[in-house]
Amino acid sequence: MLKIIVCVKAVPDPKEAHKIKIDPATKTLTRADVPLVLNLLDKNAMELALLLKEQLDAHITVLSMGPPVAGNIVKECLALGANQGFLLSDRAFGGADAYATAYTLAKGIEKIGEFDLIICGMASSDGSTEWVGPEMAAFLKVPVVTRVNEIVEFGGEWWKVKASLENGYRLMQVKLPAVFTVSRELNTPRTLSFSGIIKARKKEITLWDLNELGVLEETVGQKGSPTIVSSLATVNSKRIAEIISGTREDKVEQLVQKLADAAVI
Amino acid sequence: MNKQCGSVWVVAEQIDCRILPVSLQLIGQARKLAKELNTSVETVILGDQMDKRVQEFFAAGADRIYLGNAPELAIYQPEMYTEMIVKLAKEHQPEIMLIGSTSMGTELAPLVAARLGTGLTAHCIDLIIDDNKILEQRIPAYGGLISIICPEKRPQMATIASGVFPHPELDESRTGEIIHLEIPNEISPRVQTLEIVREEPEGIPLESAPIVVAGGAGAGDIEGWRIIAGLSEILNAALGSTRPAVDEGWTELETMIGQSGKMVSPELYIGVGLSGELQHMVGIVGAKVMVAINNDANAPVFEQVDYGIVDDCREFVPMLIEKIKEYQERKITC
Ligand SMILES: Cc1cc2nc3c(=O)[nH]c(=O)nc-3n(C[C@H](O)[C@H](O)[C@H](O)COP(=O)(O)OP(=O)(O)OC[C@H]3O[C@@H](n4cnc5c(N)ncnc54)[C@H](O)[C@@H]3O)c2cc1C
Ligand SMILES: Cc1cc2nc3c(=O)[nH]c(=O)nc-3n(C[C@H](O)[C@H](O)[C@H](O)COP(=O)(O)OP(=O)(O)OC[C@H]3O[C@@H](n4cnc5c(N)ncnc54)[C@H](O)[C@@H]3O)c2cc1C
Repeated sequence: MLKIIVCVKAVPDPKEAHKIKIDPATKTLTRADVPLVLNLLDKNAMELALLLKEQLDAHITVLSMGPPVAGNIVKECLALGANQGFLLSDRAFGGADAYATAYTLAKGIEKIGEFDLIICGMASSDGSTEWVGPEMAAFLKVPVVTRVNEIVEFGGEWWKVKASLENGYRLMQVKLPAVFTVSRELNTPRTLSFSGIIKARKKEITLWDLNELGVLEETVGQKGSPTIVSSLATVNSKRIAEIISGTREDKVEQLVQKLADAAVI
Repeated sequence: MNKQCGSVWVVAEQIDCRILPVSLQLIGQARKLAKELNTSVETVILGDQMDKRVQEFFAAGADRIYLGNAPELAIYQPEMYTEMIVKLAKEHQPEIMLIGSTSMGTELAPLVAARLGTGLTAHCIDLIIDDNKILEQRIPAYGGLISIICPEKRPQMATIASGVFPHPELDESRTGEIIHLEIPNEISPRVQTLEIVREEPEGIPLESAPIVVAGGAGAGDIEGWRIIAGLSEILNAALGSTRPAVDEGWTELETMIGQSGKMVSPELYIGVGLSGELQHMVGIVGAKVMVAINNDANAPVFEQVDYGIVDDCREFVPMLIEKIKEYQERKITC
């Protein structure tokens, strides 16, 4: 049986994320109650797992590290068809950079046990570093292919996948167990079904904190992070728009004239 | 006693033996950082038949080059590349390691960072040495800029897109030292690049286009997007985008401008139906004239451009296209 682990991150809803801003006076983040949602690309990761499960004998585990409310996105994945869900949650995990996040997730995966394939999104919508998948692979000492956009050959010990790169792709041959991070082009994620939601009600999410994970406090969260945010600053723009007003005809006329005068068209 | 500061490294990248512009740009910036740290600039390059090319690194500002030259290094091989760079870094203890945020760099950098047990900053738009001789890595976030530092672990690692730093002035008289790297033979790879396929990009490349039209979420739907694309066609411009436009599937990721996309420096930039989020706006460097079309008079984009049009782009842009056509015809007949 193919054992798949899908890593999913709870991110501030991208539609409202702009509400979190740097306060020009205090140079701290303004508080905004932005709801956490399933990271967009993690839906593509889930979709790949589900497609594989439809074609092979597979078992899907969902794993997330985050605050207790991140349990909701794990639930969502169970409703999509994952078999079991784990949430790593502890105050000590807070403030993790990509390194500490990857380390903590790798520890979670070691505790879950054997796996054949770990699937991540290519990037989160908030930090968007693209580091978590490859760093996790390094910690687990397994190979990784990032930005996977097509599965060419699967099922055996060696898989072939395409991964996107500048103006093209690379064809990769990879031996399982491995980590893939997936791009948006890979597939079109399905939406939740009512029956899935009903079935998921019976599925349990396993919660692990620092102790249950069995890691040292100084290796996780902010303490385990090599990087820190040292300062926040606002920026002053060097330009300010001259608003062109009038009727639509006037505006079009004036704009073309200004561009012509500046010799840019 | 003051410990001698490690070097500033640039892990360079080549495609078919051609050194990528971003690698040279990073060497230019590394030169500046090295000066403040009173140390040297070193470059790592892995490839095949690169020996004839290395002079470019010296000309750009490198003092020493670590050269891995072998047929099996011709294209990026994740495990071999990681192994060689990790080994080299452990041996020489660089203070800073910079890598271009290409597809290769974006995969290689975290593999190396995790193995070295150090931090890594993505999408930097500026790098400076602070008063404590630490590398401040600036990235746009939350409508402003945040600085990320890696205070203790070494090297301090960052990835940077092409175009963030200017091309350095080349000094062909500069030379330096070349260290030839041994090719490890004990690796039995679990992941291998079989083939790299690149197509000639369609249309005008964003990075060098004199006119860029960028569309955002305000396009509303694919129809709205086509209207914006129409504006770019009539102007013979390159068409750029914001992240929501990519997420909606109206355009490809390759067209995204900004912190995690392309950097552009056109004569004329026209932003249509986009709010002016810094993550997008940092991608426009040194444009001569900037225009925004947005139906919200309070959109932050109006604080960052030269001319603003407050209007529905789906109504305004078709009329603008007609007017530009008229203008172009007049210009030809004059
Ligand atoms: C604006 C901003 C900039 C940042 N810059 C940096 C930086 O330069 N360097 C750095 O080290 N940290 C940085 N961080 C912190 C970083 O975002 C967090 O550490 C985060 O926990 C993991 O990184 P990511 O969001 O970039 O994930 P990515 O690597 O972009 O995420 C890729 C995939 O990894 C998986 N994944 C990521 N996080 C989790 C999780 N918590 N649980 C389960 N799966 C997960 C998902 O499948 C996801 O799709 C930044 C944060 C912000 C908000
Ligand atoms: C780590 C990180 C990296 C990122 N990197 C990038 C990047 O490289 N590039 C990038 O672009 N984004 C990036 N983003 C996303 C970025 O933060 C913004 O979300 C994005 O740029 C906003 O795109 P937008 O302006 O099109 O959409 P919105 O912010 O939703 O703005 C849409 C605008 O359209 C206007 N509008 C609506 N309807 C109309 C109409 N009919 N006519 C005219 N105007 C209309 C609205 O008034 C609004 O101002 C990144 C985000 C993160 C967290």
